[in-house]
Amino acid sequence: MDDRLDELGQAIERALPGAVTGHSVAYGDLTVTAKASEIVAVTTRLRDDPDFQFACFIDVTAVDWPQREQRFDVVYHLLSPTKNQRVRIKLAVEDGESVPSIVSVYPGADWFEREAFDLYGVVFTGHPDLRRILTDYGFEGHPLRKDFPLTGFVEVRWDDQQKRVVYDKVRLAQEFRNFDFLSPWEGPDYVLPGDEKAKVG
Amino acid sequence: MAEASVRSFTINFGPQHPSAHGVLRLLLDLDGEVIERADPHVGLLHRGTEKLIEYKTYLQAIPYFDRLDYSSPMSQEHVFCMAVEKLLGLAVPRRAQLLRVLFLELTRIKNHILNVTTGALDIGALTPPLWGFEDREKIMGFYERASGARMHANYFRPGGVHQDVTPKLLDDIAAWCDPFLSTLADLDALLTENRIFKQRMVDIGVMTLKDCWGWGFSGPLVRAAGAAWDLRRAEPYECYSELAFDIPIGKHGDCYDRYLVRMEEMRQSIRIIRQCLEKLAQPDGQGPVLPENNKYVPPRRGEMKRSMEALIHHFKLYTEGFHVPPGEVYAAAETPKGELGVYLVADGTNKPYKCKIRATGFAHLSAIDFLSKGHLMADITAIIGSLDLVFGEVDR
Repeated sequence: MDDRLDELGQAIERALPGAVTGHSVAYGDLTVTAKASEIVAVTTRLRDDPDFQFACFIDVTAVDWPQREQRFDVVYHLLSPTKNQRVRIKLAVEDGESVPSIVSVYPGADWFEREAFDLYGVVFTGHPDLRRILTDYGFEGHPLRKDFPLTGFVEVRWDDQQKRVVYDKVRLAQEFRNFDFLSPWEGPDYVLPGDEKAKVG
Repeated sequence: MAEASVRSFTINFGPQHPSAHGVLRLLLDLDGEVIERADPHVGLLHRGTEKLIEYKTYLQAIPYFDRLDYSSPMSQEHVFCMAVEKLLGLAVPRRAQLLRVLFLELTRIKNHILNVTTGALDIGALTPPLWGFEDREKIMGFYERASGARMHANYFRPGGVHQDVTPKLLDDIAAWCDPFLSTLADLDALLTENRIFKQRMVDIGVMTLKDCWGWGFSGPLVRAAGAAWDLRRAEPYECYSELAFDIPIGKHGDCYDRYLVRMEEMRQSIRIIRQCLEKLAQPDGQGPVLPENNKYVPPRRGEMKRSMEALIHHFKLYTEGFHVPPGEVYAAAETPKGELGVYLVADGTNKPYKCKIRATGFAHLSAIDFLSKGHLMADITAIIGSLDLVFGEVDR
């Protein structure tokens, strides 16, 4: 299984030299990395080439890595129903860098790109209608970014005087409790102060 | 008489409309009664599930999946458990696999009854939901007896299922199969050859197979368009490879074929359920329902009373939770609505770094403008019904 995926990855690299920068197989999934500017060429080739036939669009999303210089991974999933294979394409982009839209290749990418824009702020150039999709009308910020707090910034309530729903700054009776449970299961691997004396004498 | 000039209208369909199957706000540009453009506004039920999961341990994330598509809760849990198992390399014991498949197929029937009957209600048939919901209620009874909850079961766990079921429950499920098939035959007699039903469904919302793939369709929708594509066969998970069942396909890709595919899938699910019950009764169908690995699976209550180690394991699992090695996986399964995917990125800690839920209905709804263009206003309810939308899942 993994050999077959590795061969497929090599075939994709050979078919798109320059555009595809590498591939890896992990946990039974094939991941291909590509240049952001070439994504339309890559997906078109993967869809139309009889060796690949990735006709079925599955998913577009992003992953936020704030400590990295190229902050976002834009991740595409495609499926080939005739060959029964899947591929994941990953592009690394900086905050504010735009990615060409693949709506012309897969019409189904429309809403998924809108969602990635809404939740992560990744801009897709050439998208016919890049509006927010899941968040409220007039929402500010991109909620799935790691620096966006879980509780958000605003909350809504019904105002009896104004007879309408108004936005307020979020007020919590108690801070969100995010406990740090992280601890090694197998005990510490450092020497406790004073332990070195135990062996002496 | 001179032709009257027809004014075009923009109509706000929903968010509170009984045929919108939840909270769908649909802006329809109409030319007379013909739809020129449909612009769905979704997100009214957006609860930030993906964000919340990033702040919960892997075990705490499971109940969120019940609340995505609340008409087929166990199928959603299953996909998340599959993703975690893939990262951990955790094998599922045989009895747990059989129980999973049993409840997955019950879930499929539960979902399809809701879709077929309320889809018929949307286009004017009142009786089907009244007949179908009785059996749906019985399935929820089975849910309750297995997991303790009628709807939001939280029954699946990474590695298996939460607890074994009683033999009486398996007997009752076996006894329920035949009466259900006769209810299904009644529904079939009521709808399939019904002239009005066919007038409203045949050749409505046609989607060719090529378009289906490009729009990211899956499940009964691609099967109605003629592809024998089913993840239970294409990428067999659990013990589906040893079960006999057929994949029904349609020819026209219209609303009526989707209805026919769902009806046949329910009969096939009964076939699978019967095979599972038979296998569960055999000697190799006995045994544990969770792996005996207390680094991931909590110890039994009785063990905790005697073993200090078991107590420590229990405490660690329910405070810190287990750690998942760094990596990324995409797990997908054939849920009743189609392919539900979970793209899970783990960073080696006790919480998911990212959990993207690839919702089936989200892809289906995005094509509604394409599907409904040129149809009459009245057809939009038939199309929405045939897409099998649940907004808990679309909006996440």
